[in-house]
Amino acid sequence: MAENTNSNESNPYQKQKKKEEMQKQLISFAMSILLTIIAFVIVITDMMDEMFVVPLLLLLAIVQVAFQLYYFMHLKDKGHEFASVMFYGGVWAAVLTLAALGVITWW
Amino acid sequence: MSHDQSLNPDIMPNEPEKATLEGKNKFLGFWFFLGGETVLFASLFGTFIALRHSTADGPTGNEIFGLELVFIMTMLLLTSSLTSVYAVYHMRNNDFNKMQLWFGITALLGIGFLGSEIYEFTHYITEYGFTFRSSAFGSAFYALVGFHGGHVTFGLAWLIGLMVRNAKRRLNLYNAPKYYTFSLYWHFIDVIWVFIFTVVYLMGKVG
Repeated sequence: MAENTNSNESNPYQKQKKKEEMQKQLISFAMSILLTIIAFVIVITDMMDEMFVVPLLLLLAIVQVAFQLYYFMHLKDKGHEFASVMFYGGVWAAVLTLAALGVITWW
Repeated sequence: MSHDQSLNPDIMPNEPEKATLEGKNKFLGFWFFLGGETVLFASLFGTFIALRHSTADGPTGNEIFGLELVFIMTMLLLTSSLTSVYAVYHMRNNDFNKMQLWFGITALLGIGFLGSEIYEFTHYITEYGFTFRSSAFGSAFYALVGFHGGHVTFGLAWLIGLMVRNAKRRLNLYNAPKYYTFSLYWHFIDVIWVFIFTVVYLMGKVG
């Protein structure tokens, strides 16, 4: 009796949910492509001063990485609390590493 | 045993990669590993940023980087990220053949990326004499980009190993976490590449 309750074939709700998830992921992909093209165009056309270009490029990269992490790697889904803690723990150490290397280079 | 459910793949649970304790542990442990990888690449990025102008009269990034190839490589890796999303989608629908197909496409795109990178490095060495020993910039560049290329190489070996080993097993609760863990790794490679094309190539062309 209970053996088939988990089957994907017989669960239209799960199927619909996965379909919607896929649409969101496709939108993330399109956005990533768009952000990449914007970044390359900004550099190739040489339209801005270096002082503005570098922070803008970094911002575009961070937004694109957020799409990867939250949509492609499912970090936004339920049950990812511990995974987030683990990963952002690493990111925190990475920020400290970058800060330390920056300080010993330019202080 | 943890993969008893493999006897009947028709009743796979909704998220087969996290249905067993082993799968849950792999998932959590792998995110911890990715946190560590972030630190590894942060130290390589920090080194590169500090040394990127120390060219010792050798070639500078602005002289040698060709953005056309970098753009193609970015597209290849970004698309391979999407194809592995498709593969996981089919895994969750318990469709083994389509999962293998999309992971196969992922592998081909990865090989395309790796080939472009090898061509790029060969071009720098033969055309410009820009090697690991040219300057501090050269060492930092090859260490950072090469480490990423090494990760791609390892990922390809991992993926091809998984696909060949499980070709006859089909999908079950024992190997679903393995495929899922690989997909996380592959997305992470793309995350690192986003920062490489931004910090190394685009910022190298700007300043």
